[in-house]
Amino acid sequence: MNSPYTPGIAAARLAPDDLAENFADLHAPLDGHEAAVAADRCYFCHDAPCITACPTDIDIPLFIRQIATGTPEAAAKTIFDQNILGGMCARVCPTEDLCEQACVRELAEGKPVEIGRLQRYATDTVMAKGTMPYSRAPETGKKVAVIGAGPAGLSCAHRLAMLGHDVTIYDAMPKAGGLNEYGIAAYKSTDDFAAREVDWLCSIGGIEIKTGMALGKELKLDDVVGCFAATFLAVGLGGVNALGAPGDDKDGVDDAVSFIETLRQTDDLSSLPVGRNVVVIGGGMTAVDAAVQSKLLGADTVTIAYRRGRDAMGASRYEQDLAASHGVKLLFNAMPIAIHGNGSAVEIELERTETTDGTLKGTGETLRLPADQVFRAIGQTLTTDAGLDLDGRKIAVTGAGRTSRAGVWAGGDCAAGGDDLTVTAVAEGRDAAMDIHATLMGDG
Amino acid sequence: MADLTTDFLGIKSPNPFWLASAPPTDKEYNVRRAFEAGWGGVVWKTLGSEGPPVVNVNGPRYGVVYGADRRVLGINNIELITDRDLYTNLEEIKRVKADYPDRAVIVSIMVPCEEEAWKAILPLVEDTGADGIELNFGCPHGMSERGMGAAVGQVPEYIEMVTRWCKQYYSKPVIVKLTPNITDIRKPAAAAKRGGADAVSLINTINSITSVNLDTMSPEPSIDGKGTHGGYCGPAVKPIAMSMVSEIARDPDTAGLPISGIGGVTTWRDAAEFITLGCGNVQVCTAAMTYGFKIVQEMISGLSQWMDEKGHTSIQDFMGAAVPNTTDWQYLNLNYVAKAKIDQDACISCGRCYAACEDTSHQAIAMSEDRTFSVIDEECVACNLCVDVCPVENCISMVALEPGTIDPRTGKTVQKDYANWTTHPNNPAAQAAE
Ligand SMILES: Cc1cc2nc3c(=O)[nH]c(=O)nc-3n(C[C@H](O)[C@H](O)[C@H](O)COP(=O)(O)OP(=O)(O)OC[C@H]3O[C@@H](n4cnc5c(N)ncnc54)[C@H](O)[C@@H]3O)c2cc1C
Ligand SMILES: Cc1cc2nc3c(=O)[nH]c(=O)nc-3n(C[C@H](O)[C@H](O)[C@H](O)COP(=O)(O)O)c2cc1C
Ligand code: SF4
Ligand code: SF4
Ligand code: SF4
Repeated sequence: MNSPYTPGIAAARLAPDDLAENFADLHAPLDGHEAAVAADRCYFCHDAPCITACPTDIDIPLFIRQIATGTPEAAAKTIFDQNILGGMCARVCPTEDLCEQACVRELAEGKPVEIGRLQRYATDTVMAKGTMPYSRAPETGKKVAVIGAGPAGLSCAHRLAMLGHDVTIYDAMPKAGGLNEYGIAAYKSTDDFAAREVDWLCSIGGIEIKTGMALGKELKLDDVVGCFAATFLAVGLGGVNALGAPGDDKDGVDDAVSFIETLRQTDDLSSLPVGRNVVVIGGGMTAVDAAVQSKLLGADTVTIAYRRGRDAMGASRYEQDLAASHGVKLLFNAMPIAIHGNGSAVEIELERTETTDGTLKGTGETLRLPADQVFRAIGQTLTTDAGLDLDGRKIAVTGAGRTSRAGVWAGGDCAAGGDDLTVTAVAEGRDAAMDIHATLMGDG
Repeated sequence: MADLTTDFLGIKSPNPFWLASAPPTDKEYNVRRAFEAGWGGVVWKTLGSEGPPVVNVNGPRYGVVYGADRRVLGINNIELITDRDLYTNLEEIKRVKADYPDRAVIVSIMVPCEEEAWKAILPLVEDTGADGIELNFGCPHGMSERGMGAAVGQVPEYIEMVTRWCKQYYSKPVIVKLTPNITDIRKPAAAAKRGGADAVSLINTINSITSVNLDTMSPEPSIDGKGTHGGYCGPAVKPIAMSMVSEIARDPDTAGLPISGIGGVTTWRDAAEFITLGCGNVQVCTAAMTYGFKIVQEMISGLSQWMDEKGHTSIQDFMGAAVPNTTDWQYLNLNYVAKAKIDQDACISCGRCYAACEDTSHQAIAMSEDRTFSVIDEECVACNLCVDVCPVENCISMVALEPGTIDPRTGKTVQKDYANWTTHPNNPAAQAAE
């Protein structure tokens, strides 16, 4: 067996038991007693600020009261009414930036009501029973195509199926779920939750998923539009920005999302190699996830190098602290200028930066860190615009996701507007479904 | 989903949750918003006779008792009946009822104990199209000094007389609202029935002083340094209300008289409990005043979920279901023997059970060096105090001893047969079992 100090990139740095423990639930689920105590703290605020802060507008005080009064199933229904992926969102939402940040008890005591964990308690109760609290309206005979089976596509498909339409989802990948399946940190979505959630969501009926069908390859938008009454594009952001530093092409330099994707699809984590010294370039959630998971796999040193200061970092303070608590070093105001090594990365050279008058410049001072593995986590880009008008680097939309082409809607990460978060994708998918429904039924 | 519609005295409402006569129902603006929020019905804030309306104090009206984390357990108030003009109220009631034909609108009335006064107001109320009236014989402060409210409610003969006038001069259902500030609640209930009441509702608020300000030496709420007793309501009064409801449901004189349950209803569960004790619906005041109209959504979802789980398709299915199990102490089974049992996995070793049992009960809990707490069966009388004070739900449970086993405390064998105090050898008045 290897150890954290084994040079280069190596698998099995930790014993299987340690790996299993490292990749268990980040936040253990609440038991009944813990849920009751946590729920009791909610004030049932009027026009509650937590609801406003939730991109899907879940009626948080109501669902927490339903937990407090012993009906977690009713609580789950309140959640699913607004957010059919409430189970995943309970696990992955950066609640510290959303509902829990807005909670009045954050203001009062610096300790918000644990909304995310309570949401998980309620949704887990229903999903464990395997019951689908919705049934389909009488069939409308209308067919809708959804391209992309991530949170935006799934949320749209469920709502449309519920309203009586027939939905076909196409996805380029072999499994549905989008980044829920391939991107979210493993310790946020344990026990194959993403796949179980897709199965549960589809149990409403009226949804057919066709995998291995990529728009731009197997599928052409014109053909899809010709066959379906409406089309919803939810292809996410497939591309990854390049580093633009010499040595970017050396062995050991990889996209953080590819690394995470491989990790998520690896059953035996002791077969997954990771560097002894890992450097992650970037400042968002993806950078934190790649860094923390490298550390959990047994890397000796892991550094996140971010070109600006702490405050500008995309990852929340909570995520930064999470990384630090796992032993990840956060290096601020440093940008990569070269990756050194003979064929494979050995060292990364960074230059100190400073921001003057809003522009970021190198100061000339450089430093070098050992780096067997370097992950790029500097943002994803749209790869499939399907000939639609763009707004910046994303598909331009107006209203509830209407694109420049009639009959084609878009939402989630691929569409302009909103944060690139699971919960935002769910909201946009749901709202587009309502707009598609209104349009198809002739009152839109 | 379970059908929550209720038919109370022929008055239909989409659910059994009505707002009680109080500030939440004091005006059209509130009642419309309450109906939009989902309430099944309202009892309009009590109307008085024509003429200058009553006046309220212009300082604090409410006192409060808190639980942990400032959770409101009880509120008391020194508010009077509506302080708005009679005709304004009547016009508003008429408009609201016309716009919400599917909701129950009941008009609460309190006028002097004279036939003329009732004869004058009842036709005006009849004209609003409201579904019925509720006679406020309960208000414990302010109005009783004027010979109304609780002053009438404490004299069964007055109740009977006024109820009779109402049945004479008003064509729709008459509900008599009872005051709990009386020794035996069955007496006013029976009087209402004799007078022809279609139903009783209870409880109104309880005489109370919630706190005294130790700096000013004034009871709260304090008006310029002086306070008075007010009417207590909210979760704290629910046990008192339920006991009174059960008395009326069980008493042969009043059994079967429809009851509208009031007092501390805060969740779907409270409502279900009142209904099992014989209520046809419930009325809510403090919970709405504490949390807003929206709580009715939780009451609706919770009640229907519970009904679905239990297989009840209508409110009728479980109405009064607990009445046959509510009995007098002397009929409780003395051969039933239980022991407390501590689930060591759930126990957090706080020692509250030990303090309670060791200091104030039967010294039946042992505490070890390493803070393990366990029940001594030889001493445990199954009083339940440890269960009540334990902070962890289901950590201590009461386990019944199987018939045939020996109770280590008494050394006697647990009997299978039911036997109560009436036949017990220690009872001087015991009769031989039939
Ligand atoms: C590493 C990582 C970690 C993240 N962690 C979090 C987190 O903790 N919390 C959070 O809220 N957000 C997180 N996010 C962001 C979140 O995952 C996204 O905002 C969200 O998944 C967007 O949903 P979507 O449906 O728009 O796109 P995606 O989830 O990207 O789904 C797009 C789908 O479209 C398919 N597709 C792509 N191109 C085509 C094509 N040409 N033809 C057919 N199908 C195609 C893809 O296979 C995929 O299934 C994270 C993102 C990453 C990359
Ligand atoms: C501020 C206040 C005013 C009230 N006014 C009236 C009233 O005018 N007429 C009446 O019949 N009951 C009145 N009540 C009593 C309530 O209708 C109800 O019987 C009582 O509050 C118990 O219910 P609860 O525990 O749900 O609050 C009032 C209660 C409060 C708190
Ligand atoms: S802000 Fe906090 S306390 Fe208020 S309703 Fe939301 S979760 Fe409850
Ligand atoms: S609740 Fe409203 S009316 Fe009453 S004291 Fe406070 S602000 Fe004034
Ligand atoms: S009160 Fe409950 S938790 Fe505390 S020691 Fe006793 S059994 Fe254990």
